[in-house]
Amino acid sequence: MSIKQFSLPDVGEGLTEAEIVTWLVKRGDIVEVNQAIVEIETAKSLVELPSPFAGEVHELHAVAGETVDVGNPIISIETGETGSTGTSPTPAEEAPPATDTGEDPKLLVGYGAREIGTHRRRRKVKGEVPAERPSVAPMTPVGGPPKASPPVRKLAKDLGLDLAAITPTGEGGVRTRADVLKASAGSAVIAAGQDAPGTGTDVADNGELRIPIKGVRKHTAAAMVKSAFTAPHVTEFVSVDVTKSLDLLRQVGQRRDFRDVKLTPLTFVAKAFLKALRDTPEANSRWDDAAQEIVQMRKVNLGIAAATPRGLVVPNIKGAETLSLKELAQEINSLGSAAREGKTPQTAMAGGTVTITNIGVFGIDTGTPILNPGETAILAVGTVRRMPWVIQDEEGERLGIRSVLQLALSFDHRVMDGQQGSRLLADTAAILTEPGLSLL
Amino acid sequence: MNGEPISLLNAGGNFTSSPELPFETDSTDVLALYNDMLMARTVDTEAIALQRQGELGLWPSMLGQEAAQIGAAHALNPRDIVFPTYREHGVAWCRGVDPVDLLGLFRGTTLGGWNPTENNFNLYTLVIGAQTLHAVGYAMGILRDGDVGTGDPDRDRAVLVFLGDGALSEGETNEAFVWAAAQNLPVVFFCQNNQWAISAPYSVQSRVSVAQRAQGYGFKGVRVDGNDVFACLAATREALAAARAGQGPTLIEALTYRRNPHTTSDDDGRYRTLAENDAWAALDPIDRLRTYLQSTGLLNDANVEDISRRGKALAEHLRAGCRALPFPGHASPFQNTYADLPDELERQMNEHLEFVEAGE
Repeated sequence: MSIKQFSLPDVGEGLTEAEIVTWLVKRGDIVEVNQAIVEIETAKSLVELPSPFAGEVHELHAVAGETVDVGNPIISIETGETGSTGTSPTPAEEAPPATDTGEDPKLLVGYGAREIGTHRRRRKVKGEVPAERPSVAPMTPVGGPPKASPPVRKLAKDLGLDLAAITPTGEGGVRTRADVLKASAGSAVIAAGQDAPGTGTDVADNGELRIPIKGVRKHTAAAMVKSAFTAPHVTEFVSVDVTKSLDLLRQVGQRRDFRDVKLTPLTFVAKAFLKALRDTPEANSRWDDAAQEIVQMRKVNLGIAAATPRGLVVPNIKGAETLSLKELAQEINSLGSAAREGKTPQTAMAGGTVTITNIGVFGIDTGTPILNPGETAILAVGTVRRMPWVIQDEEGERLGIRSVLQLALSFDHRVMDGQQGSRLLADTAAILTEPGLSLL
Repeated sequence: MNGEPISLLNAGGNFTSSPELPFETDSTDVLALYNDMLMARTVDTEAIALQRQGELGLWPSMLGQEAAQIGAAHALNPRDIVFPTYREHGVAWCRGVDPVDLLGLFRGTTLGGWNPTENNFNLYTLVIGAQTLHAVGYAMGILRDGDVGTGDPDRDRAVLVFLGDGALSEGETNEAFVWAAAQNLPVVFFCQNNQWAISAPYSVQSRVSVAQRAQGYGFKGVRVDGNDVFACLAATREALAAARAGQGPTLIEALTYRRNPHTTSDDDGRYRTLAENDAWAALDPIDRLRTYLQSTGLLNDANVEDISRRGKALAEHLRAGCRALPFPGHASPFQNTYADLPDELERQMNEHLEFVEAGE
C-alpha cells in the first residue's frame, strides 16, 4: 500500500493560492481517477479538481473555507499500489515556496488579479437561477467586494482609501469617482496626505475606531509637528490662467518623442517652478540652527508629495533643475508609481531641498501646505478649473472662459521674506500664464 | 447565406436530405465518424482533468465542436494539408497525430509537438488568424507545383484552414480572403463559429453571418449546422473538391457553440448564462449521431463496448503519456527554428549550452 499526496495545482496560469470551498469526498471514501474531489475558488474562477489517483481517501489536509498556497498538499489517497510512499508527480511540487510578503503577487497581464479577502462574487449572470450545483453543500456566505469601476478603484487605492468604507451614491451601490473624492476630502490633511487604515485597528464597544499610531502615519505626524512648530510658515496664493500652458501641453504631448510620456499640468508647474527658483535661490535653502547659518543649495532636489496606500511619502528628483521637460515628466511619473507600489528607494526619500504637493488630483483648489521638515518652501498645486476670467488684450478688457488653477506657496519666514516668496510665486505664475516667457 | 444554416441531421437524430447540399449517408463510414467524435471528446475531457491536476498549464476545450471538426476532417484526402488554430484536437486525431503530442505545448515541454509533414497537419497557431495567411501561402505553392485541376485524384490537393469567429475581425484573415480570391487559390476556410471570441459574442463583431462575408470577397460562402456532422462533412467535401479542381476558395461557416470556457484559465460565468449553455447542450452533436445510429441499427452492443474500451485505453494513454513527456533539452529552440542551423544561431546555441553547463 502506498499513500499519495495531491498538491494544490496552479489551475489558472500564475495563481498563488486558492480557497477550499467544498470537499466532495471525506476520509475513508473510495475515489476513482478523475473523480471530482474538491471545489476550489481561485481569484479567477470556481473549479472542481479531479483526483489524479484511485484509492481510499486517507486524509484531507485543509478544511473548507481555508486558503491554501499552490504547491501545498490538500489530500492524501491510499492507493492499492505497493511501493514506497509517493507523492503526486505534479509540477506544483516544484512551485517556489509561497512567501507571505504582504504584497500582491505579480500576475501575468490579462489574468485575474488577486482580490482582497478570499471571497469573490460568485459567478452569476442575470437571468440565472441560483441552483447550479445542487449536489454540493452551500458556499460560505459571500459579502462581495464593494462595487466600483477599475479607474475609481485605482483612485481609491492611490489615495489609500478603503472602498468598502466609502458610501456609494451610484446606481446599484456603485462607488463613483465623486464618492471617493468626497471621502478623500473628508479625511485629507493638506500636504499631509492620507493614510491607509492601520493594521490592528479595533472597534471599541462604543463604536469608536481606535487606530494604532505607527508606520508612515507616525512618521508623518512627527515631521509635521516638528515643521509646523519650528519654522514660522507664511502662505501666499495666486490664481493663474494656465490656458496657454495647457494648449502647449497638448501640442507637446502630440509630438512623437513624447508619445510614451505622460504629461500633466503638474509637469509644467514643476518646470515653471524650477525656472523661477533660479531667480529666488533663497527658497532652495536650509536653516542650519546649530551652525547659525542659512545653507543655500546649488542643486535642486525636487520633492513630489505622493499619496500612497501606506500614507504620504515625499520622494525627490535629484538635480531636477538640469532636466528637460521630457526627463522631468518621466522622473515624476516613475517616482509616483514607485511610491504607490511601495518601492521608493531610501535614496529618493533623503536629501530633498524643495517640495511640490499636487492637491489638484483630489479636486481641491488650494490649501496651506506645511513644509517638509528642513526645507524652506513648498508649493501646493490646485486643480485646473474652467473659470470666468477677465482677459486683457489690445481690444481692451472682456470676460472669457479660461483654465485657471491656484498656486499656494508656504515658506519659512526665518529664511526669506514676503518679497522673495512673492517673487518666486509670481514668476512661477507668469511662466504658466505665458509659457513663451521661458524663452527669455 | 444569412438564413438558417443547412442541416441534414437534426437534433432529434433524423436525417433529411437537402437540395442545397447533396449527401448520401452510405458515402461514408458513419460509425467511424461516431467513434472519432467520441475519441475527440475523450482527449478533451482527459486533458481538462490533467490541467486541473496540475499536469498542464492550460487547455483550450473543444467540447461541443466535435461534429464540425470530425466532419471537416473526414472530407480530407491524405495529400490535403491542414492549418489548425489551437483547438482542433478532433482534426488532429483524424489526421493521426498522437493526442499525447498535443499536450506538450500546453505542458511547456515543446513549442510544437509533432512533425507537420508527417500527417499534413500543421502546428497549432496561437496567434488569432495568423494561420489563414500561412494557408494561403501554402495554397500558392500548390498552384505553382501544378497540383490543381489536373483531374488526377492522386495529384490534386487543397488546403483546409481552420479559424474561429474571432479571427474574422483580424486583419490577417481578411488579407487571406482577398489573396485567396484574387489568386483563385485551392483553399477552404473552415470557420467554427462557436459564437464567443473569449468574452466577445459574434453579434458585436459582425452585422452579417460568417458565410455572407465571403460574398464581399467574391467567393462562395456556405452556412451549415456545426453540430451536424453530415452537413459539415458534405460542405467540406464539396468545397475541397472545388478547390482541388481549380475552382478557388470557399468559406464554410459551421455554426456551433463552445460549451466550455475559452480555456481552463477563463471563467465564462462572467459573460454568459448557463441557460444559453444548456440550450446548446441539448443540441449535442454526439447525442444526435448516436440516436441516428441506433435508429438505423448501425450501433450494437458489440461496437458500443468496443468504442468504450478504446476510450478508456486512450484516456490511460494520455495520463501516462502526459507525465512521460520528455524534457525538451536546452538546444531545442535553436535547432528547430531554421531547417539548417545558421552559423550565428549555432554560436548562440553553444554559448547558451556553455552557460547552462556552467550553471549546473
